[in-house]
Amino acid sequence: MKVSMTCLTKAAAMIVSLALPFAQAASAAEPLSAIGKGEGALNIVAWEGYAQDDWVKPFEAKTGCKVNRKYAGSSDEMVALMRSGGGGQYDLVSASGDATLRLIYGHNVQPINIALIPAWTNFIPALQGPSFNTVKGVHYGVSYEWGPNTLLYNTQKVTPVPTSWSVIYDEANKGKITVPDNPIQIADAALYLSKTDPSLGITDPYELTQPQMDAVVTLLKKQRPLIRKYWALASDEIDLFRNGDVTLGAAWPYQTNTLQAAKVPVADTLPTEGVTGWADTWMVSAKSPHPNCAYEWINYVTTPYVQAQQAIYFGETPANTLACAEMDKQQAGSCKQYHADAGASYFDQIHFWKTPLKACGNGQSNCLDYGAWQRAWQEIKG
Amino acid sequence: MPASASLSGLLWRRPAWRVAALISLPAIWFVLFYLAALAAMFVSSFHTVDELSGQIQPGWTLDNFRQLLGDWTYGRIALRTVGIAAAVTLTDGLLAWPFAYVMARYAGPRLRPALMALVMLPLWSSYLARVYAWRLILAHDGALNWLLHGLGLPAASIGYSNWAMWIVFTYLWLPFMILPLFAALERIPPSLLEASSDLGAAGWRTFRRVIVPLAMPGLVAGSIFTFSLTLGDYITPLLVGGPGSDFIGNVVYSNVGVSNNIPFAAAFAVLPLLVMAGYLLIARKLGAFDAL
Repeated sequence: MKVSMTCLTKAAAMIVSLALPFAQAASAAEPLSAIGKGEGALNIVAWEGYAQDDWVKPFEAKTGCKVNRKYAGSSDEMVALMRSGGGGQYDLVSASGDATLRLIYGHNVQPINIALIPAWTNFIPALQGPSFNTVKGVHYGVSYEWGPNTLLYNTQKVTPVPTSWSVIYDEANKGKITVPDNPIQIADAALYLSKTDPSLGITDPYELTQPQMDAVVTLLKKQRPLIRKYWALASDEIDLFRNGDVTLGAAWPYQTNTLQAAKVPVADTLPTEGVTGWADTWMVSAKSPHPNCAYEWINYVTTPYVQAQQAIYFGETPANTLACAEMDKQQAGSCKQYHADAGASYFDQIHFWKTPLKACGNGQSNCLDYGAWQRAWQEIKG
Repeated sequence: MPASASLSGLLWRRPAWRVAALISLPAIWFVLFYLAALAAMFVSSFHTVDELSGQIQPGWTLDNFRQLLGDWTYGRIALRTVGIAAAVTLTDGLLAWPFAYVMARYAGPRLRPALMALVMLPLWSSYLARVYAWRLILAHDGALNWLLHGLGLPAASIGYSNWAMWIVFTYLWLPFMILPLFAALERIPPSLLEASSDLGAAGWRTFRRVIVPLAMPGLVAGSIFTFSLTLGDYITPLLVGGPGSDFIGNVVYSNVGVSNNIPFAAAFAVLPLLVMAGYLLIARKLGAFDAL
């Protein structure tokens, strides 16, 4: 049934393209040539904290595009949502670097006409055409914000202040630890092992051979009995810290900010072994029903003002360099606090999430792809 | 002659048509929406997914089943699911007996509706609200530890564990055990109990030889609810489970909603189907459907 339907659709598409060569521009294969009138609605898939009323309400008032939000807890979920129901349910997704290539190669997102995004010229150079959202010179999205995955801890119960990821693998903290329920979490353990066990020869935490993966899985299986809960949504981890169930966790700065605002005694740190992190991209669905509103949104959230709002709210770093002055205006010292002035050296320290592929960076192709990572993760959490 | 009169006349003359007319709509519903969905699931369990693009590749391969059987992780998850479902069923059976017995035998016309309302009360609120309530009760700084602390006892650490799942499931499905058991107990004629005692059987012997066998269909019917509801659940493990608490349903959910591998999810979903088929066959042997 499904096969015959696809055949029919393909045949129909062929007939249409043969008969109407000029209708091509309207199809998803070509980027928008100009931003037209808004369609009145916009459906977005985003990380928690990425579509706050502080900037959604003014956007709705300005453009007339009513925003419908769907929060996702992992990159996998974002990819699944963008593919669900044939792909036409959502317009936009705030995809991290470990989801973007899957969306591009899956033909789930459309090319972006970067000339329609004026703020792009002010982005830090590393985020103007990064390999995770720009393929062969074609932009499939517009970079947004980036930041590190941090070690979160309860300042009253954890002493001394942790400086190493070793605390989340330590028997002494049994039952007091939470980590994300996400296969990409394997990279955190791989990064830790690349420093503590150099004999494994891990150079990139996203490019693991089978023996390296086996070592990482052994470490993470030993960690499992120490875990109180694998968190699926940021709000889960916030609950766990608030209710005293855990004192240590792998987290995002968003959790730290939310918990500190609720007067829970927590702080976060970047351990010495280094950190993984994310660099997010707004991508437009290949079958977006509201492309004009989608471009309006991208333009709105890349303005220095909203970039600064987002950076301060989530605790991350904006792509737009002009946001630094705006951040200090909104909250004194926040530009420095969130590294918006740090530039390339700080950016290079973070091992950004990317999709694990069979091809390793060194030209060999004996690395494990993301499917293998997912299976390994299921095996780890039992 | 009006058409309706001729139709009713026709149906009166042909009883078989009457039955066919009555049964056809639900039968079409059943075949289309239930059996067809199951068949589609079964067929797709032989497909595969292209890992980078996420496209389903039709075809006939046993890869999904090979992966399920070849990896002990999934065996453990299946055993955990069936094991906890059995433990919950047993606990609910034990808890439901005294309650249903008092309701059926001792409660007067005023107490019985009150007890009935108590059983039904949790069903008036949302399932999710009740699971979240338990999450707060069992949390480290939650109501349970507050109570234990007040009594001078050491704090319990059962939040986010298989114990927590067992407690929450037992609570959630208890009404579904009490109601059929109560119905079965209420149907036992008092004269049988009098006859048993007239013939010299003591209370315990009457219970064992008369009441339990007669209430068995109700007990088995209730156990079908508690067992199948636990077997198919994935929300409670997600919310109150800890590390190593995944159910079959969680693997299915994450393969559909997270990794977009519907064929693998379909293959794993065949298993609870087989378990339930076996369970229902045993239940039929035990007479659960005799009273239908």
